[in-house]
Amino acid sequence: MRLVVVSAGLSVPSSTRLLGDRLAAAAAPAAGDAEVRVIELRDLAVEIAHTFTNGFPGGALSDAFDAVTGADGLIVVTPVFSASYSGLFKSFFDALSVTDPDALAGKPVLIAATGGSARHSLVLDHALRPLFSYLRAVVVPTGVYAASEDWGAEGLDGRVERAAGELAALTAGPAAARPRPRRDSFEEVTPFEERLAGLRPAG
Amino acid sequence: MQFGIFTVGDVTPDPTTGRTPTERERIKAMVAIALKAEEVGLDVFATGEHHNPPFVPSSPTTMLGYIAARTEKLILSTSTTLITTNDPVKIAEDFAMLQHLADGRMDLMMGRGNTGPVYPWFGKDIRQGINLAIENYALLHRLWREDVVDWEGTFRTPLQGFTSTPRPLDDVPPFVWHGSIRSPEIAEQAAYYGDGFFHNNIFWPADHTKRMIELYRNRYAHYGHGTPEQAIVGLGGQVFMRRNSQDAVREFRPYFDVAPVYGHGPSLEEFTAQTPLTVGSPQQVIEKTLAFRDYAGDYQRQLFLMDHAGLPLKTVLEQLDLLGEEVVPVLREEFAKNRPADVPDAPTHSSLLATARRTEGARA
Repeated sequence: MRLVVVSAGLSVPSSTRLLGDRLAAAAAPAAGDAEVRVIELRDLAVEIAHTFTNGFPGGALSDAFDAVTGADGLIVVTPVFSASYSGLFKSFFDALSVTDPDALAGKPVLIAATGGSARHSLVLDHALRPLFSYLRAVVVPTGVYAASEDWGAEGLDGRVERAAGELAALTAGPAAARPRPRRDSFEEVTPFEERLAGLRPAG
Repeated sequence: MQFGIFTVGDVTPDPTTGRTPTERERIKAMVAIALKAEEVGLDVFATGEHHNPPFVPSSPTTMLGYIAARTEKLILSTSTTLITTNDPVKIAEDFAMLQHLADGRMDLMMGRGNTGPVYPWFGKDIRQGINLAIENYALLHRLWREDVVDWEGTFRTPLQGFTSTPRPLDDVPPFVWHGSIRSPEIAEQAAYYGDGFFHNNIFWPADHTKRMIELYRNRYAHYGHGTPEQAIVGLGGQVFMRRNSQDAVREFRPYFDVAPVYGHGPSLEEFTAQTPLTVGSPQQVIEKTLAFRDYAGDYQRQLFLMDHAGLPLKTVLEQLDLLGEEVVPVLREEFAKNRPADVPDAPTHSSLLATARRTEGARA
């Protein structure tokens, strides 16, 4: 079982990364001692931008895409920027879906965000949840938002536990909800006669 | 093996002077470049087709017909002819006319085009791009092979008792390449017909190009046209040369940095490491081009993009001198080494005519 954390935190150390680590630490044992890999988008920022200018991902970004596509479950964490996910966070998933539109189809995803105050906590349901629904992921019911004040208050650990448990349950869930292996268009060719036949007018 | 150049036909300001050529200057420059290609011993000149600024070549057969009249050996081709938005009937007519005027010195490359609004401007739906390419080419293929065509399809008005004129020269349809960067469906189409497959090989890493070509080669064999190694493969490439490689880098960098398509992106060094672009000495160009064979196999046609991003005509002509005098002769010699005898050359009018006569003789 493989869990991948995608963190869009920018500072070092970053509270976004910290939240991702806490979610992974809670989910991994519950998901059968899953192996955890953390992808820091900060390190990939330039390659992500170049994907849009070049049309193809660079080496390190390709490797990150493979990890995300092959994961049994994802934990995605973004800081709130201008009342939404950060541009870097969105760009990573834009570049991924351009490269492979089915990368997240059927994949369990735990959404999480950090912010300076609790006022933006609905970013989870107004921004992240629709994004991952669009990408046909299976979004965990509980999202986790951590404002600065939450790191010194009670309650965050309980939300982390609940969300992590839900993610673990989904990764162990029925096959229908699990990610499909990536379709390789070079290996599954539609024979040309079939394509021609599909265009013939009826009658 | 054939060597040549392909042009996009962009009108781009020269970033070192800020000057933009007029459309007339650019069109005449394209012609001058084609004539130079013949002069320095290249085999092929191919022009793009575009229907929006900043591009000029909207009417490829007009330009190619003019160049045909002023050359003697050069093969005129396209890179690409839009099989999606052009009427296949008009493609059949225009290129058969060119074939007669050029005494068979022509072929053409089908492409879908990647400019969204061109589809609606020509009354087509971009979401049907692949299907348009498939249906339109199936009709074009018949128009050049059957004197009288009855046809009905999805995208075009039906034809009853239609004869496309002029009929192909010597009843030999022009050879067709299919160009695609990322669509396996097009590699499959090229394989099905036993046509050529061209990968522009400019913007994408080699491992992607390799997979496209492998698919085409395997499907070519699947459809019974020969072994995978006998499939007809063309590759693009992009080079900028000076005798001293540091001079090449220094001179090309301002053009690269703001070039349409990949400008304002990765550095020249990153891009040359990741893609087939070579900026350096003729020897470096020779080495990198010879390495294309490592992932494409023995192939038939190599076209270079030489005249884009606002490079002045004088510079482009100097590049063609280097290409024709120092690079291509070595490439011809090296690519011929260890090339299996049963790997064919790219079909030409005379080779296709000879094949047709042999087939007829065998039947009689």
